[in-house]
Amino acid sequence: MLLGAALVLSIALGAVTIPPGNALQILVSKFPGVEVDSIWPAYFETILWDLRLPHTILVALTGAALAGSGAAFQGLFRNPLADPYLIGVASGAGLGAIVIMSIPQAGRYLVPIGAFLGALGTIITVYQLAKVGKIVPLTTLILAGVAIGSFTSALTSFLMLISDQMVLQAMSFLLGGSTVTGWEPLAIALPYFTIGLALLTFSGHSLNVLQFGEEQARQLGLPVEKVKLFIIISASLTTAAAVSFSGVIGFIGLVVPHIIRILWGGDYRKLIPLSIIGGAITLLVSDILARIVMAPGYLPVGIVTALIGAPFFLWILRRAKKEVFW
Amino acid sequence: MSVVNKSIMQIQEISARYGDNLALDNISLNVREGEIVGLIGPNGAGKSTLIKVLSGVLRPSGGEVFIQGQSIISLTPAARARRIAVVPQARQLGGAFSVRQAVLLGRTAYLGFLGKPGQKDLQILDWAMKETAVDTLADRKLAEISGGEQQRVLLARALAQDARVLLLDEPTNHLDLKYQVSLLRLIRELVDKENLSVLMAMHDLNQVSGVVDRVALLVDGSLRCIGKPEQVLTPENIQDAYQTEVEAFLHPGSGKHYLFPKT
Repeated sequence: MLLGAALVLSIALGAVTIPPGNALQILVSKFPGVEVDSIWPAYFETILWDLRLPHTILVALTGAALAGSGAAFQGLFRNPLADPYLIGVASGAGLGAIVIMSIPQAGRYLVPIGAFLGALGTIITVYQLAKVGKIVPLTTLILAGVAIGSFTSALTSFLMLISDQMVLQAMSFLLGGSTVTGWEPLAIALPYFTIGLALLTFSGHSLNVLQFGEEQARQLGLPVEKVKLFIIISASLTTAAAVSFSGVIGFIGLVVPHIIRILWGGDYRKLIPLSIIGGAITLLVSDILARIVMAPGYLPVGIVTALIGAPFFLWILRRAKKEVFW
Repeated sequence: MSVVNKSIMQIQEISARYGDNLALDNISLNVREGEIVGLIGPNGAGKSTLIKVLSGVLRPSGGEVFIQGQSIISLTPAARARRIAVVPQARQLGGAFSVRQAVLLGRTAYLGFLGKPGQKDLQILDWAMKETAVDTLADRKLAEISGGEQQRVLLARALAQDARVLLLDEPTNHLDLKYQVSLLRLIRELVDKENLSVLMAMHDLNQVSGVVDRVALLVDGSLRCIGKPEQVLTPENIQDAYQTEVEAFLHPGSGKHYLFPKT
């Protein structure tokens, strides 16, 4: 319900406001065989269909991806601070994306592949560095992730500084300004998002078992190393999709799963899908605000999520009467 | 026990290392059907390490363990978990889960990737919760119940694994006397009723003789001796293992063997 309302509002609002009723009618008219009298100006349809709708879907998917992978990383590391940034995956994806952007000959559509390779390269490096014998302890994994994350972030900044024609684009990218519009990039993005989100949703049970620690998980019969790798790859894929299509948007991956946890508890079979929905709603609302506040300009949504999200999260945290269990 | 039962688990010349440290040195012992073997020894003697090896968490550097005729190293984690269940010490883990959810995770080795329980899983879940009297706590969060109750939940989870062998790592640690006694009594009852086999690391030597069928004394990673409580818990053995002088008495009421430190 909330997701539906956020979707419609996101389509309707912006530099040009389309009444939500009209927006719905336009959507309905697009179904084959449905006839609706067009009582709206023709440019409404162009704005809505060619710009707002693909943008809105991409924003929803990005929020879903960030919150879903955040929830998975938190469960995997049994650490409330874990999110795609902590283990360096987001920074790695960002570096991969920037490298592609800095090559003038490379098309915009190579960016997600660069980001995925960056994320995967980062996580494999971190995983190998953190490995002690045949086992990967979570503490060394996080330490290696933070170190590699800082390193890739520094490389990203360096790349931005030496190639000045892309500074503006990269700047808006790093602040989480989604500059991608139209159906074509969405079609490219869709497989990354859907595969990643589906894999994350399937890993709820394994994450539940892992909450009792790796030793007990193994004693309960979970093939722990395999499961960890599966979750890491799914979460990296989703993170890479989010970073390459919408830039670096902080905060959603950290906070949305926590709010869901406060409201609905810690069962990952529910926590992951609810975080995915919650992340979509949260980023849609932030994005609407980002478009309205500086209309007709566009404020990078990463700024909005941090400015509005942080106080909102603290308010929820204070209001939560019951203790949040880990 | 007058009739010697069939052995279900054979530990053969097991050694284990942490880096250069030899934590277990050539341990051999059999666990039989329907018996409780108490594992005693000073801190660092290798009790927990042996449980880690038997539950597949730590790979032995030498030797073999057979469970119902299969080498544990050749078993997948799930196949091993269907044969050997572990009751860890109660710890603040998984506090966000309800008692029911936690016990259901004992079925992990039988469930698919999505963890959806079937009819049989739910039946065993109910049985395990009833046997351990945690069914009345089913919807409480683990973080909200007492240490003694948590330990019973972990026992219920192990029962839900439907394994013939249970390994318990100092299950009465950090529990009040009342919970210690009732937990050990419960374990004894379950073993007798279900013909389970238990290997249980224990700290309190006087609890040992009341509950177990045999005692294994570990010192510095080696098996010093194994036998009936009165054969193992002698003042000489205890002095040797713990560097503490004790006297052994027979309890006038129960006829059980107990130890008292010399002052």
